[in-house]
Amino acid sequence: MATIEEVQPAINIASIRKQFPILERQVKGKPLVYLDNAATTQKPLAVIDALTSYYSGYNANIHRGIHTLAEEATAAFEATRDTVQKFINAAVREEIIFTRGTTEGINLVAATWGRQNVGKGDEVIISGMEHHSNIVPWQILCEEKGAILKVIPVNEAGELQMDVFHSLLNSKTKIVAIVHASNALGTINPVKEIVAAAHKVDAVVLVDGAQSTVHMDIDVQDMDCDFFALSAHKLYGPTGVGVLYGKKHILEAMPPYMGGGEMIKEVTFEKTTYNELPYKYEAGTPNIADVIAFKAAMDFMESIGKENIARHEQVLLNYATEELQKINGLKIIGRAMHKTGVISFVIDNIHPQDIGILLDNQGIAVRTGHHCTQPLMSRFCIPGTTRASFAVYSTIDEVDALVAGLHKVVKMLS
Amino acid sequence: MDKVNTIQDTENEIVEEFGLFDSWDDKYEYIIDLGKRLPPLDDKYKVDENKVRGCQSTVWLHADYKDGYIYFSADSDAVIVKGLISMLIRVLTNHTPDEILNAKLEFIDKIGMTKHLAQTRSNGLLSMVKQMKNFALAYKLKMESNGN
Repeated sequence: MATIEEVQPAINIASIRKQFPILERQVKGKPLVYLDNAATTQKPLAVIDALTSYYSGYNANIHRGIHTLAEEATAAFEATRDTVQKFINAAVREEIIFTRGTTEGINLVAATWGRQNVGKGDEVIISGMEHHSNIVPWQILCEEKGAILKVIPVNEAGELQMDVFHSLLNSKTKIVAIVHASNALGTINPVKEIVAAAHKVDAVVLVDGAQSTVHMDIDVQDMDCDFFALSAHKLYGPTGVGVLYGKKHILEAMPPYMGGGEMIKEVTFEKTTYNELPYKYEAGTPNIADVIAFKAAMDFMESIGKENIARHEQVLLNYATEELQKINGLKIIGRAMHKTGVISFVIDNIHPQDIGILLDNQGIAVRTGHHCTQPLMSRFCIPGTTRASFAVYSTIDEVDALVAGLHKVVKMLS
Repeated sequence: MDKVNTIQDTENEIVEEFGLFDSWDDKYEYIIDLGKRLPPLDDKYKVDENKVRGCQSTVWLHADYKDGYIYFSADSDAVIVKGLISMLIRVLTNHTPDEILNAKLEFIDKIGMTKHLAQTRSNGLLSMVKQMKNFALAYKLKMESNGN
């Protein structure tokens, strides 16, 4: 593909790759080809350095300390909150709650807003392409409350059947919890349309942004969603940190999630009053180091430009789609019009696990299996897929390595 | 299958065979070949209680008992896993419950399988071993209670 440079002169992939030390390593005696970015992205030096400099320079517990280290740590921690606010364009910083990850964010909403607002006979809408972490919390809630879980079906291309979605909405619908971009298929869902329709029946909308935030510009105010959950480790940040965005008036009306330090204003044995947002939902000592380093990850993305990243990944996606289809018996699962840099496929008579093992033997890291979306796999009548997913540092050469690797796998297994 | 072979003998044979391969490509070719040649499992044994948990692929494992000996048969929808089971069966089939329960199965480590397969899949391998030993234990207890 000689056209790559013409298509995107804006970013220099070689210099970006140099910022990721792990990309220099070998696996099974071959250069690592890391195509499992939808599971987690690798971390740039800036993130690794931020972790090190916190621990070696100003490690302290935050918010309560009066000494210099505590003040420095608090300032750095809260600076990440400001960066997140800008990163997803939240109206105010109080709307940014740090969690352990997307899963915790969704569970928090189900356990607080859900318990408070969903009752017997009420309806919760999810979709057929949800990750288990956006299915199970709602099942638990519905079981507890006697509410009903409704599912938006997925069509053969791997897109939501929006006509069915609209027909599912009614006055009993309390919340719509929907994935922004499918981890298994890459499908980007029309969340803005979903939010607008749900609001017409006074339902709130939670958007699972675990897969989308790394691939596109997120503007929660424009989207008008009520909740948005994401994980730092999927956008070049550290593991163990996530963000739950919630509209301020909704977060204020919700009961607390976990009790403990940080989240209280005053405690007596008779009654406890809760702290203000966002601390009300941040009980206990948070993951200070990783929250601080998360800022470096967002700064890294901003320095390249989200649009540039998205454009690069689309080039890779298009090229990979074209090349993979040339492999005999290969079928791409998920042919949505709008996709992130995720490509899922099956090959006739070959189990994904065999593909994964044999690609790993060539130094190529992909994901195989059901991707924690078993209902979606059942929808396509397959046990699982092989999934390659791209990041800003992925290259055309790596797509070529994947394609060559697959040719070899097919040869070995036939 | 030579009946005189002890479990340890067969383990040693496999370790020796794997020593002949230069690369993991060759080792996988061999395992794939073993998988393809594994005799098919009768469909009536492909039931939930014969499924091995902890594998990304579906694995069925069935045990027959005859005159104090256990005979294993198995199938999987993934061929490398099938090759791995084929090796386990070669080592453990046609032995007494006690022999199976006492088998150390160090060949798995010695041929580099534990190290080479990602943890999740190697856990699948360990689940298979566990299930084979469970069959042996069940048969042993059954024989003992019949003996009393």
